[in-house]
Amino acid sequence: MKTLFLSIILTGLLSPIFSQLKIGDKAPNFNLKNIDNSYVSLDKYRQEKGVVLVFTCNHCPYAKLYEDRLVVLDKEFKPKGFPVIALNPNNPVTYKEDSFDNMIVRAREKGFTFPYLVDNIGIYKKYGATKTPHIYLLKKEDNGFIVKYIGAIDDNPRDSENVSEKYLVNAINLLLQNKDPLVAETKAIGCSIKPY
Amino acid sequence: MHKLLFIAILTYCASQAFGQDVQIKSVNIKEIKERTKSTSDTIYIINFWATWCKPCVEEMPVIENIQESFKEIPVKVLLVSLDFENQVNSKLIPFIKKNYILNEVVVLNESNPNQWIPQVNESWSGAIPACWFIYRYKELFHEGQVTPDIIKHQLNSLLD
Repeated sequence: MKTLFLSIILTGLLSPIFSQLKIGDKAPNFNLKNIDNSYVSLDKYRQEKGVVLVFTCNHCPYAKLYEDRLVVLDKEFKPKGFPVIALNPNNPVTYKEDSFDNMIVRAREKGFTFPYLVDNIGIYKKYGATKTPHIYLLKKEDNGFIVKYIGAIDDNPRDSENVSEKYLVNAINLLLQNKDPLVAETKAIGCSIKPY
Repeated sequence: MHKLLFIAILTYCASQAFGQDVQIKSVNIKEIKERTKSTSDTIYIINFWATWCKPCVEEMPVIENIQESFKEIPVKVLLVSLDFENQVNSKLIPFIKKNYILNEVVVLNESNPNQWIPQVNESWSGAIPACWFIYRYKELFHEGQVTPDIIKHQLNSLLD
C-alpha cells in the first residue's frame, strides 16, 4: 500500500517532466484561431493521411531558418495527404514579433500556404513541445491521429543547401508506404516557448 | 585623492579592455569537453545562449555574478553562444562590449543538433537557455533559465 502511495506521489511529481507525447500516442485535438480569423481543428483533417504539426513562431532565428523549408514541404506533401499546420505558442507580451498581427504579416511575406494558428491555450503543453521549431508528424488511423515522428525537420538548420538527412521528409515518405519512420525521434535546437 | 586616481586608473583599464578588439573563438562540443577535463579542481559552468534569445539575455546578470558569489570554489564560466557565425561581428561582439560581459565567450561550431545535443546531455530537448555543470567526473544539466538558488543547488550537489 505504501509503495502504491509513494508511486502515485512520484508519478505526480515526475509527470510534468515526462508529459511529452511519445511515438504511438494519440495526438490531442485542438481548435485554434488562424491568421484569417477562422478556427482550425485537427479533427477537420480526418480525410487526410496525416498532418505535419509544427510549433513555430516569428521571432526565433531557428524558426525563421525553417520558414521557406516549411513552405516547400507543404507544397510537396499537401497533395500527397500530409498538409502542414503551424502553431505559435508564444505570448506576444514576451516577444512583440509573435503577435497575431505580426503573424499575419510574416505569413504573407513568406507566402505560407498552410494555417498559422495562435496557441494561446497551451496546446503545446499537451504535446510536450518545448521550443520552436518543434515538429510532430501525425498519421491518421482508425482511432484518430497517431504520433509517428517528433523532433527536427532536418540535420542542418543553418544551411538548407547542406542538409544531409531530411528526417521529416524521410518519415513522411515511409508513412506514405505504410511503414513506420526509421528515425522516429531527433533532437533539435530552438528557442524555448514563452507561453501565455 | 589616491582613491580618485585609483578609480581613474581602473576606468582607464576597463575602457582599454573593452575598447580592444574582442576575439571570439569558435569551438565544438568535443573541445569543450576536453577543456573541462584539463583541470581537476575547477567547476565548469557552461551556459548555452544567444544574443537573440531573450530569456538568455535576462539571466545573464545571474550568470555573470556566479564567480562573485562562489569565491570559495574555483568556478569557470564559459558562455557558449549559438549566435550565427555571420553575426559574430554585428551582434555578438557589440553585445559583449555593451554589457561588459567578463566571462569568456565562445561561439559554437556544430551543425547537426541531433548529433551534438545528446553529446551535451541526453535529457536536453534543445531549447535555450541551458546550463551544463561539470566537476571532475560529475555532470549536471539544467534546461531553462537559472536563478542564484538553482546555481547554488547545482554546485552543492556537484561538491557533495
